[in-house]
Amino acid sequence: MADKRVIVVGGGLAGLAATVRITESGLPVDLFSVVPVKRSHSVCAQGGINACNEVARQQGYSEYEHFDETIYGGDFLADQPPVFEMTHFAPKIIDLLDRMGVPFNRTPEGFRDLRLFGGSLYKRTHFAGATTGQQLLYALDEQVRRREDEGRVTKYEHWEFLRPIIEGQGDQARCVGIVAQDLRTMQIRAFRAEAVVMATGGCGLVFGKSTNSIVCTGAAAARCYRHGVWYANGEFIQVHPTAIPGADKCRLMSESARGEGGRVWVPRRQSDTRHPNDIPAGERWYFLEEKYPKYGNLVPRDIATREIFKVCMDGMGVGGGNQVYLDLTHLPASTLHKLDGILEIYSKFVGDDPHKVPMKIFPAVHYSMGGLWTRHVPKADHRGLEPGNPGQMMTNIGGLYAFGEVNFAYHGANRLGANALLSCIFDGLFCGQSVANFVRDNAPTGATPQALLDAAVADESARQDRLIRGPEGGGSDPNDNAYLIAREMGEEMTAASTVVKTAARLQQALTKIAALKARYARLRLDDTAMWTNQSLAFARATGDMLLLAESILLTGLARKESRGSHYREDFPDRNDADFLRTSVSKFDAAGGTHQLSYQEVDTALVKPRVRNYGKVESTAKSAAPARQPALT
Amino acid sequence: MNNGTPTASKPRSAARSITVRIKRCDGPGKPARFESFKVPVEPGANIISVLQWIAAHPTTDGGQRTTPPVWDSGCLEEVCGACTMVINGKVRQSCSALIDDLAPAEGDTITLEPMTKFPVMRDLMVDRSRLFHNLRRVKAWVPIDGTYNQGSGPRESPEKQEVRYTLSTCMSCGCCLEACPQFTPEPDPAAWNTSFIGAHAISQARLFNLHDTGKELATQRLDALSGPGGVSDCGNAQNCVKVCPKKIPLTESIAAMGRAVTLHGVKRFFGVKD
Repeated sequence: MADKRVIVVGGGLAGLAATVRITESGLPVDLFSVVPVKRSHSVCAQGGINACNEVARQQGYSEYEHFDETIYGGDFLADQPPVFEMTHFAPKIIDLLDRMGVPFNRTPEGFRDLRLFGGSLYKRTHFAGATTGQQLLYALDEQVRRREDEGRVTKYEHWEFLRPIIEGQGDQARCVGIVAQDLRTMQIRAFRAEAVVMATGGCGLVFGKSTNSIVCTGAAAARCYRHGVWYANGEFIQVHPTAIPGADKCRLMSESARGEGGRVWVPRRQSDTRHPNDIPAGERWYFLEEKYPKYGNLVPRDIATREIFKVCMDGMGVGGGNQVYLDLTHLPASTLHKLDGILEIYSKFVGDDPHKVPMKIFPAVHYSMGGLWTRHVPKADHRGLEPGNPGQMMTNIGGLYAFGEVNFAYHGANRLGANALLSCIFDGLFCGQSVANFVRDNAPTGATPQALLDAAVADESARQDRLIRGPEGGGSDPNDNAYLIAREMGEEMTAASTVVKTAARLQQALTKIAALKARYARLRLDDTAMWTNQSLAFARATGDMLLLAESILLTGLARKESRGSHYREDFPDRNDADFLRTSVSKFDAAGGTHQLSYQEVDTALVKPRVRNYGKVESTAKSAAPARQPALT
Repeated sequence: MNNGTPTASKPRSAARSITVRIKRCDGPGKPARFESFKVPVEPGANIISVLQWIAAHPTTDGGQRTTPPVWDSGCLEEVCGACTMVINGKVRQSCSALIDDLAPAEGDTITLEPMTKFPVMRDLMVDRSRLFHNLRRVKAWVPIDGTYNQGSGPRESPEKQEVRYTLSTCMSCGCCLEACPQFTPEPDPAAWNTSFIGAHAISQARLFNLHDTGKELATQRLDALSGPGGVSDCGNAQNCVKVCPKKIPLTESIAAMGRAVTLHGVKRFFGVKD
């Protein structure tokens, strides 16, 4: 297999895990990333990674229970065999990370410590302080560096993926490489490969300020979509309940704060101006605990977010504003120590000490459940996936895979906390094997005519020249630029298509996006240098984000029901008869239109049931319950 | 209906303007110059939001149209290490550099410059390849057999985990290298293996020598730290530990590895294995 190579695009957890597994099978990997891989967005994940463990098992938990929680948490929209496989594979992933040296928190006897997380009644989240994503990313980064040292991985850092190169049509379509650009020299060139893995993460920047890193534009996914890769369930965007708003982004305050006993509340009296520490317990409305006696503050994110949002919209937010308290001040120092990573972020950026005063938080865009459409090959009884089958997490294009947040496969309509790190690494390891087997079983791409590669490069160069020179015949506005367009897009998408959606507001947003696209078509860059031109890269990504934004709005408009993160005020109920289906968008490049269709969801193992997490009524005026919820 | 915009969590100051001076450079070997911008700042603004504003409004305070400044950034919450630069003469991450702290009064000036120990790519962006290369010199990884299931890793006391976790929060930002008098610019990659390796890599060698499987490579790490550019090149200025944003005990790591290297040398002299 000496002359065969695999390309991995993206160096977060999914891309690095894939790189390690694919090189282990004997194939060399070319790893592309816009940032040094150690700085990928996975570094931001805080709370932990879920897996059944011996302690939980002896309390009645199991891999099957983890599977059922994930399906229920996702409001039954996820195909069940991939989730079954992932949750049953999870304990092996923890063991492997442990062997790689991840400094998981330990019990006094030296076993891995566990914490509670949303959507579960069992402690099944493994963690390293409150920077688990960072620690997992570093462990995989180290393993990839080792393989780089051995000459089995070639890193292309500061290189940007511009498009897949696809040979053939329809069922015969096969990805034979990519076009990428060196972000320093601005050189654009083609790279040949037997298979390509997209592991490029989410699209938070489509919503302007989110918890995502600056690189999470979704542009790589949009470029695949533009070239015929299907996009599934794009309307499902997770809005995390607890973030701190900032001038440049919204910073995440991990769910682990609640997992370790943090409580969300507002004063029972509207516009109570007292300092939070002066408000007695009976005059605080712990609305999540009162409405969800069983799960309390650890209801899944879509639910917590809507409840916080509703409290604020009803004028009950702290100081009458859009903020509620996330209170950790009652927790012992030893517990707070496990949260140091996020408490530092809060005090650094807000200036208050969360050990002493409750944090003020508000929901923020966090994660994309939707993404590139991928297939899977279930076992005959649907209890899991066929190991090594080349079809696992392959897109509709042969040899083009999508791993991690950029696919749509595991989280349905809402992702449970601490399942993202799991799905990324699972894809890399389990489906990385599929990539290796695909390469083994298929003819090499050496016969692909060079002209196909050259044409793709020429096409991207022309697209770039258009941005630099401005539109044919002039007419560009010297005061307009991609930064301004992207900002307006983000504000519009956040306003129209996040916690609460309606047909009228989504339509209005589509009109706005159309206007922004028209402005985009007239753009001309201020910076025309052919050296480290960041505004060129951003301008190109802005065009791709606009395409993705439009698709997200259209699929959201068409889904006339409420499910998981997708809440339509005009269709507040779940509608399984019409919408227990995956939405699949296909871009028609010739007409520039989005074609929407639906696919059945594989619900072979768990039948959909009512999803309300045991909700009961509670208002600020109802008497405070005598019972204090048990804190773990 | 509209989804609500969050309430600013820290209205410490009213909207106002500041002046931002940026050291600009069009590329390696090109001359540097300063450009100033008058920037309106909202409460809670940081260097990143200020740079974002300038990128969208690239006109100097003299009214001259210019190119948007180039800078490196990633997570914006001081965990990825990307956005390190020299702010008012001090190396740090720009995301956690808040305007209210740096320029509290109307019209105050902030000066932004790139790090000086790495080659400037353009404006505030530098090439830190050497920093990552030095992690390879000390084999900063655990040599596992492979990724197939083999059961769990070694058990570990909470005390040891605490030490390793702290060392493992190093985000390769480069602050310790910028502040170090012994770490000097080295544009030639061929010389990287013999020039001072830096506090971050010495500390990573300690991290992996502490792990039960990681220490299988301890001898090779100590060999790397014994040679030219190794731990003995440290001049004990102790600047590294003062500028580390993650408060990693870098001088403790240097001392620990210095002792290990000495012992390693003695053992090697007498032909004893580590």
